[in-house]
Amino acid sequence: MAELRPARCWRTGFFFCLWLLLFLSVASGSLVVVSGSNETSGGPAGDTPEDPHHQTNSTTHKKAFPVLSFNYQDVRKPFVISLWILLALLMKLGFHIIPNISNVVPESCLLIGVGLLVGGIIKAIGEEAPVLDTKLFFHYLLPPIILDAGYFLPIQAFMENMGTILMFAVVGTLWNVFFIGGMIFAVCQIEGMQLAGVDLLSCLLFGSIVSAVDPVAVLAVFEEIQINELLHILVFGESLLNDAVTVVLYHLFEEFSHAGTVTVLDGVLGIVCFFVVSLGGVMVGAIYGLLGAFTSRFTTHTRVIEPLFVFLYSYMAYLSAEVFHLSGIMSLIACGVIMRPYVEANVSHKSYTTIKYFLKMWSSVSETLIFIFLGVSTVAGPHAWNWTFVISTVILCLVSRVLGVIGLTCIINKFRIVKLTKKDQFIVAYGGLRGAIAFSLGFLLTDNERKNMFLTAIITVIFFTVFVQGMTIRPLVELLAVKKKKESKPSINEEIHTQFLGHLLTGIEDICGHYGHHHWKDKLNRFNKAYLKKWLIAGERSTEPQLISFYNKMEMKQAMMLVESGSAAKLPSVLSSVSMQNIQQRGSGNRRAIPSISKSREQEIRKILRSNLQKTRQRLRSYSRHDLMIDPFEDNVSEVRFRKQRVEMERRMSHYLTVPTNRQESPSVRKVCFEPEHQVFTYDNSESPRDPRARPDPGPLDAISLVSESQGPNQSREPRAKVPQEQEEQEQLKLSRCLSDPGPNQEEDLS
Amino acid sequence: MGACQTRAEHQYQDLADKTGFSFEQIKNLYQRFQQLSGNEETISRANLDSMPALANNPIRKQIIGAFFDKRNQHQDEVGSCDQIGFEQFLMVMSHFRPPNLRTTDEEKEAMRKEKLRFLFNMHDSDNDGTITLAEYRKVVEELMSKSGEIGQETAKAIADAAMLEVASINVPNMGPEEFYEGITFEHFEEILKGLEMESRMHIRFLDVDTSTMRCGKSQS
Repeated sequence: MAELRPARCWRTGFFFCLWLLLFLSVASGSLVVVSGSNETSGGPAGDTPEDPHHQTNSTTHKKAFPVLSFNYQDVRKPFVISLWILLALLMKLGFHIIPNISNVVPESCLLIGVGLLVGGIIKAIGEEAPVLDTKLFFHYLLPPIILDAGYFLPIQAFMENMGTILMFAVVGTLWNVFFIGGMIFAVCQIEGMQLAGVDLLSCLLFGSIVSAVDPVAVLAVFEEIQINELLHILVFGESLLNDAVTVVLYHLFEEFSHAGTVTVLDGVLGIVCFFVVSLGGVMVGAIYGLLGAFTSRFTTHTRVIEPLFVFLYSYMAYLSAEVFHLSGIMSLIACGVIMRPYVEANVSHKSYTTIKYFLKMWSSVSETLIFIFLGVSTVAGPHAWNWTFVISTVILCLVSRVLGVIGLTCIINKFRIVKLTKKDQFIVAYGGLRGAIAFSLGFLLTDNERKNMFLTAIITVIFFTVFVQGMTIRPLVELLAVKKKKESKPSINEEIHTQFLGHLLTGIEDICGHYGHHHWKDKLNRFNKAYLKKWLIAGERSTEPQLISFYNKMEMKQAMMLVESGSAAKLPSVLSSVSMQNIQQRGSGNRRAIPSISKSREQEIRKILRSNLQKTRQRLRSYSRHDLMIDPFEDNVSEVRFRKQRVEMERRMSHYLTVPTNRQESPSVRKVCFEPEHQVFTYDNSESPRDPRARPDPGPLDAISLVSESQGPNQSREPRAKVPQEQEEQEQLKLSRCLSDPGPNQEEDLS
Repeated sequence: MGACQTRAEHQYQDLADKTGFSFEQIKNLYQRFQQLSGNEETISRANLDSMPALANNPIRKQIIGAFFDKRNQHQDEVGSCDQIGFEQFLMVMSHFRPPNLRTTDEEKEAMRKEKLRFLFNMHDSDNDGTITLAEYRKVVEELMSKSGEIGQETAKAIADAAMLEVASINVPNMGPEEFYEGITFEHFEEILKGLEMESRMHIRFLDVDTSTMRCGKSQS
């Protein structure tokens, strides 16, 4: 049964997709998705399948009220666009359902294949296929991907390797451009290849288009192979930062090829232009990032629109940079990087999740659409195939990449502490994939007789890199035993020691007397804390040290994890049986006062837990101290299992979260509660029956509180160092009330 | 002049062998040592304390203490001294050398142990071979001391959580009655193995004499 079902699903899915493809081709044949293309030509052809419908529906008697009418023209454009996106996503879905394919072939290849298929179908029907319009690509499809990449960029790794990345991005790309351009020109000079008339500038222009490593393709392929962080950030960082070089070179050569002559002054201006483009882009991004962070400071009362600010400010950064011909990609990255720490400190947890998921969603859709369109455009576009040109382009791309990486690594390794090994170099060279940016830039070329040839060559290079290199990189990574990404849980010890190490190294550098890496990092941190955080983070979070935010985040994550696993009635695996009492000295009776953790923070954490716990509570309705009967609707649950589950969960909770409590002699009711145990006690003590069953584990199964610790009446005999505020205690007690027995005692007063 | 030169070189050779620095680096560090000590033979705690650059560092006491800690001299002595000479200064600095391309895996492993041992000594102030909860709490408190009014409770909570993590990683099946004494060196190694100490815990010791670049930045 289990084997039949996927096969059946697969077949139904396949046929459904095929039908969808056909329908889509016909429908889109009637509309070119691109603006500015002729729509009318496909009109009648697209409508003909619909005519029969129309005719059967058209009434024979006149002037009767049309009960059912058909009007496709009005909604044609959004209809087709949605259909395209739906197709793209269904394809994506399909690939993951079909077993084994996604292991061998990377998704990008499959999507291009689908694009080819759709393009073929459209062409076979005789319609004009939509082409990947440059405006569509650069304004709508590319920004989400870059924003997603920039927002979640691992800053630590990026900054540490910044020198290397810049070397590869700037010097490497320049080398590629001139090498490919020059050699292609040399090839063109060879007699008898019908390539005469391609001048040096055109070759250089072609070189500048085809040599840039593409972030979309790199992301698509590298995401799947899960390579170690260093290599990932090197190749990916290079693909992002070389945008500035590409923009400058492209515009430079384009200007020159119109002007005809190049002078030294032009060269110098080109270099200046490079700096302006890249630094200007970063600055624009930084300004928008700071604006976004500042805005998020005031959004405490309008949580719902918080994610929109992030998206809009970033998009504006991109567009503003494009206005001035600055590097839009660098602007977007800078905006995301700068905005992120402050926005994350300000927004609510839900907004954070929303931002994360929307970014992932949009970038996923964009990427899928880009690859499909690439396939469709390949079939559609005019091609001029010239064997020599194309083959030599492909070979030259490979050769120049390898030479560039090797050469640069020799230089770079002199300055690096962690040197790049030969394996690393190979992966960096092999990971230089070309993608849709090259294609779109090629489209922007002015129409001349060589444009089609260039386009064909570019498409071939793209196909080669994505298909051949994309497919073989995974087995190669396995073969060469390249280090993979290590799955590391956030560890509070590592965080403590990372900070400790940072301060230690800064101190040693100061003693040694030279200003090194750590010194500047420390200065930046202090500047950040003294000025930026005050302005950009709302409330008392602005003074929260990093260790505490890390700790809070970790606790929240683990609490959520526990709640979710608990409410799914799965037995979570116990990692260890260590709990707080193993660590703390026995008899340490001095209990602490309530620490000064901000109340709003606590409230937020509690609110989340409460909302999740209420779901749990409903499931646990069957078990109550008074009511020994199992709820008939909870068929899967038996008492014993419940108890065991709670025990395990509490053990896990006590493993993760700190506990402010003594060993409790009297048994506490083992409810799933996230309140300090004595809170439950407050409630329990007023009830008579002690539950003997609730002590399967004789140890002090400490109930959990988060960072906050509170005292209850149990310990009221001990002097309190700090008197809890009335309101807070009330709130906690209220919480305990709603968390504990959901029976009729809900409204009971606490003694 | 010549005699002084060879004697110095001889000394440097000795130091170079022991600590692994190059001649240039030793010379630069010697000049820095002279600056810090005010051209004396030894440095005292007061010399290091009075550096304004260290004033903002939350763990400066531990850092300064590490220089005067005999355990870091690799001579199996314990306790602390009041004055250190150039050789001891260099020994402490040698903990921060980076690995180079030619270091073998065993050497890297040894380097990592040495650096972790340095860190361990910084935490384990009473030298009983374990970092107890109290000591760890102190570490966290010091770390956050410059970050404003945090309150002791949070530091304690964080230290407790960290200790819990160490215990659960290293001794996962502890019964409820057992007591986890403290972090031993092996446990310490275990929890920090993800940090790749040999590559992270280093500073660049320049081969260039930078003291001339610090005009006016004498023993400040």
